[in-house]
Amino acid sequence: MNAKPAPLAESTIEFRDVTYSIGSIGRNSAHALVSNISQVISSGETLVLLGRSGSGKTTLLRLINRLLLPTGGQVVVQGRATSDWDPIRLRRSVGYVIQEAGLFPHFTVAENIGLVPTLERWDADRTAARVEELLTLVGLDPREFTLRRPHELSGGQRQRVGVARALAADPPVLLMDEPFGALDPVTRAELQREFSALARRLGKTIVFVTHDLREALLLASRIVLLQAGRIIASASPQEFLRIDHPEVQAFASSLGALPGAPA
Amino acid sequence: MTPWTFFLEHRSEILEAMLAHLMLVVTAMAFAIAIGVPLGLLVVHRPTLRNISLGIASVFQTIPSLALFGFLIPIPFIGGIGRRTAIVALVLYALLPILRNTYVGLTGIDPAVLEAAEAMGMTDAQIVWRVRFPLALPVILAGIRTATILTIGIATIAAAIGAGGLGTFIFRGVAMVNDAVILAGAIPAALLAILADILLGWIERRLHIV
Repeated sequence: MNAKPAPLAESTIEFRDVTYSIGSIGRNSAHALVSNISQVISSGETLVLLGRSGSGKTTLLRLINRLLLPTGGQVVVQGRATSDWDPIRLRRSVGYVIQEAGLFPHFTVAENIGLVPTLERWDADRTAARVEELLTLVGLDPREFTLRRPHELSGGQRQRVGVARALAADPPVLLMDEPFGALDPVTRAELQREFSALARRLGKTIVFVTHDLREALLLASRIVLLQAGRIIASASPQEFLRIDHPEVQAFASSLGALPGAPA
Repeated sequence: MTPWTFFLEHRSEILEAMLAHLMLVVTAMAFAIAIGVPLGLLVVHRPTLRNISLGIASVFQTIPSLALFGFLIPIPFIGGIGRRTAIVALVLYALLPILRNTYVGLTGIDPAVLEAAEAMGMTDAQIVWRVRFPLALPVILAGIRTATILTIGIATIAAAIGAGGLGTFIFRGVAMVNDAVILAGAIPAALLAILADILLGWIERRLHIV
């Protein structure tokens, strides 16, 4: 699926028997959000974590950039366990896009996109050039959008800026948590198509969380299905629908449901 | 004697009292902001300290102002008769709105924005100074505005402990049973409050970006 298979073996992510539990330790009421996850994500792969709400897919994503630390096992990113990473360094080398975009309302579009470069003390000219490049990449005219503020953008435009911001420092890994989930169906389909082409061109390792099978089939090079904090299937989009498992079938039947109905 | 003729005859005296009043308020507000805003920043991640400081600030708010001025007189260093005691009391009153709004402003930020800030690799200090504080500023300013108006009103009572200001006319007028003298203190105080409200409201609106 990737135009150029990236040779950087170090940009893989590996889950080694990872468990993440919450709850009071003393009262023995710990509740595992994900349990015993082992999974290797290869460089350049677009891995879609598919599952219902509460299946643990967002938790897995947040374990990768150390927004969470595993309570059991290890998450290894670029050859190093996240617990050994300086969280700031790790996060600046991993792009992150969330559903509501989370743009800073007091920053202009350019300041939002240039956030990580600014934190990394790039000089102003280099940052400005990068911002312009990224705006063009995500299909927004730099002349029109550079100085706008997030509240002057549509939902789709905000999400495009969110993607541009995540790509700013050219991170090898991109994490996306239902980035198109809050958009209207037409805009969503538009962004999915464009992002699919963009992902192929960029050759980055992408971990993408969604509950929408249609989206997973469109974007994934591999789909991992989660249920109640465990991986129950892992397959290419071509093979996925043939898996004989009730949860896979439940998702498959959602495809035939009314258009626009939540998967 | 009508209030108007009293105004005209004593205009320089009234103006002087107005300036003294304003100085009391400005000094007290400067201290209250210097204490309240940093304290609000400090308690964002410290729930125990937050409850204690908000609790104490609320208690002062419930003490009637005349009583608080009275309580402070016998206290060494900060007490006694005069401006210093009045300023201490005014700071105590102004603290709650400033502290509470600072805290509410800093914590009432869209969780998606904070999550993005953390995930982009901002340090805790960068999140406070580049995200939380600028976004909280309009709310903090609203607290300062409330506190300023409150302080302008309460500062009239400060005349009771010899701090001067527009309260001097009000107390004198009450003692003389003379409405004109009371109004010579009350009207300028009301005008000060309205002007402060308009000015700070204007600044607050300019800070709103969304």
